[in-house]
Amino acid sequence: MPSTRPPRRRAKKPLGVRLRKDWQMLVLMIPGALALLLFFYIPILGNVIAFQDYQPYFTISEAPFVGLEKFVELFQDDRFALALRNTLVYAAFQLVLFFPLPILLALIVDSMMCQRLRKAFQSIVYLPHFLSWVLVIALFQQMLGGAGLINQALVTSGLDPIPFMTNTDTFALLIVGEIAWKDAGWGMIIFLAALASIDQSLYESAAADGAGRFRRTWHITLPGMRPVIVLLLILNLGSILTVGFEQFILQRDAVGADTAEVLDTYSYYIGVIGGDWSLGAAAGLAKGVVGTVLVLLANKVAHMLGEDGIYRGRPQ
Amino acid sequence: MTTQTTRSDGRPVAGPSARSSQGLHQRLWGFAFGASQRPAWMERPSAPLTIAKTFVIVAIALSILVPMLVVISTSFASGEQIKDAGGYVLFPTDPTLEAYRTIFSSPLVFRSIGVSVFVTVVGTLLALCVTISMAYALSRPVVGGRFMLMAIILTLFFSPGLIPMFLMVKQLGLLNSIWSLILPGVFAGFNFIVMRSFFMGIPQELTEAARIDGAGDFRILRTIVLPLSKAVIAVIGLFYAVGFWNSFFNAMLYISDQSLWPVQMILRSYVIQGTSLTADQLGVQQAPPPQSIKMAVVVVALAPIVLVYPFLQKYFSKGVITGAIKG
Repeated sequence: MPSTRPPRRRAKKPLGVRLRKDWQMLVLMIPGALALLLFFYIPILGNVIAFQDYQPYFTISEAPFVGLEKFVELFQDDRFALALRNTLVYAAFQLVLFFPLPILLALIVDSMMCQRLRKAFQSIVYLPHFLSWVLVIALFQQMLGGAGLINQALVTSGLDPIPFMTNTDTFALLIVGEIAWKDAGWGMIIFLAALASIDQSLYESAAADGAGRFRRTWHITLPGMRPVIVLLLILNLGSILTVGFEQFILQRDAVGADTAEVLDTYSYYIGVIGGDWSLGAAAGLAKGVVGTVLVLLANKVAHMLGEDGIYRGRPQ
Repeated sequence: MTTQTTRSDGRPVAGPSARSSQGLHQRLWGFAFGASQRPAWMERPSAPLTIAKTFVIVAIALSILVPMLVVISTSFASGEQIKDAGGYVLFPTDPTLEAYRTIFSSPLVFRSIGVSVFVTVVGTLLALCVTISMAYALSRPVVGGRFMLMAIILTLFFSPGLIPMFLMVKQLGLLNSIWSLILPGVFAGFNFIVMRSFFMGIPQELTEAARIDGAGDFRILRTIVLPLSKAVIAVIGLFYAVGFWNSFFNAMLYISDQSLWPVQMILRSYVIQGTSLTADQLGVQQAPPPQSIKMAVVVVALAPIVLVYPFLQKYFSKGVITGAIKG
């Protein structure tokens, strides 16, 4: 409240004085600012080539301006339509099948009463998060691949091998399975924190009133986790068009280019490999803009539903 | 979680004094796994529920541990045993280092380990310097600070896209240079935020006192802030190191020269794509069976992470990681 705020101690000093006082701080900002400029802000401006017919022998200022031509070309490209459709399908699978897993896992861990067992289990499930995608795919291939452990066992016992890694119809499930193996445990951390912040006396009085295990979960635990669930849902919606570049490019050979084509790989193959830099950049830019709009929309919806969302009305 | 010593109606419940009434198996369980923290009001779960839960927990743990164990033990197994077992070995009967000797004598693999180690060590040190100085500068009101903070927060929500990044790296002349694996990764917005919120928690009195005594910001950072921040520097350093060691995407994008490939690229081409490292790349005529060499390559990429994991894990306290997510 403004009335209780202490009065300002001193008026703002002139800029020159503040610069002289803070010069060492400003020097400390230089390396980071340089990194931001070189590897974030200048590349962001570089997206202007999406509106040009850029060729590597031009400088960006020399390239002819073509307006939205590249975007028109993009939406007429069958390959792009395929990539967009695949992206949406994989994103939907991830949202429906993967999103609830960390929540369920957190509920299981929270119900483990034995502290040492609980710690050991947490250590195990956090580990895969720190492995690279290359390593995760390599491990999956050694277990589920054509010559992998499971298929060896199937063949030895006289059964037909199952093409887990190369079947185009079940690829979406494989993708979700890999993500779950790698990140379900890590995703659980934030839900565990939310669970720990629920007032334990609520459970006690509910139990005293005769509410069983499942009623307590439904009426106390889940409402207590709701803000965090909504927050993560919004963040997920924002990155819905980013389904995991490395994961797809690494499995492209096994499952075929048509199945593993998503927006990011499209951008890479059209631009870096195919040499149509402007078209690749247009695909990336379209993806970025749609992603941003989705975050803002989802946040708006969360506000209307009375949740905090990512940012509150008042800046911190 | 709070442990209850009395019920709401005042009756004492099973505490240390009631230990003696527990069965032997319960005491053994407590000795092996630590005491159960079940609050007094909570009923014991029914047997089917307990069995289902145990099954899920064991299945999850095994699905994570078994692949790693199989890969590690196969990499130590002898050729005959791998052949007899059909490709995978859980307990090597006569362990051998033959596979490792082979890959370490391959110039391609050996150099890739050197590249990865260089990128990880130099990258982490540089990233720590950049992140620490920026986080300290923005941990207190400073001219232009608000603008800079906004500029950093934007990086969390957008990405420039891979084509413009590629063109930028090319413009800087970093294509096929080891620095293209390091420089784009020296500043991560998330790590900055964790570091800054830690620095903001350091009491102002400490730094203000030094300032009155005439110390500049460089000196305050070096002599007061850094010694107080060893834990957070360790965490962030480990995060950066794991990131640099695992980075594959940058190498795929920017490095076409095989002699500059990091370990992850070797892993991809040899294990996932099944490209054979030819005899002269391996540097030997008589190579052991490819299966154990494959596994050894996987272990080379896996081992540093598993070795550093216990240290990482020490800092998984909720405060360090989740505290920053909403900030």
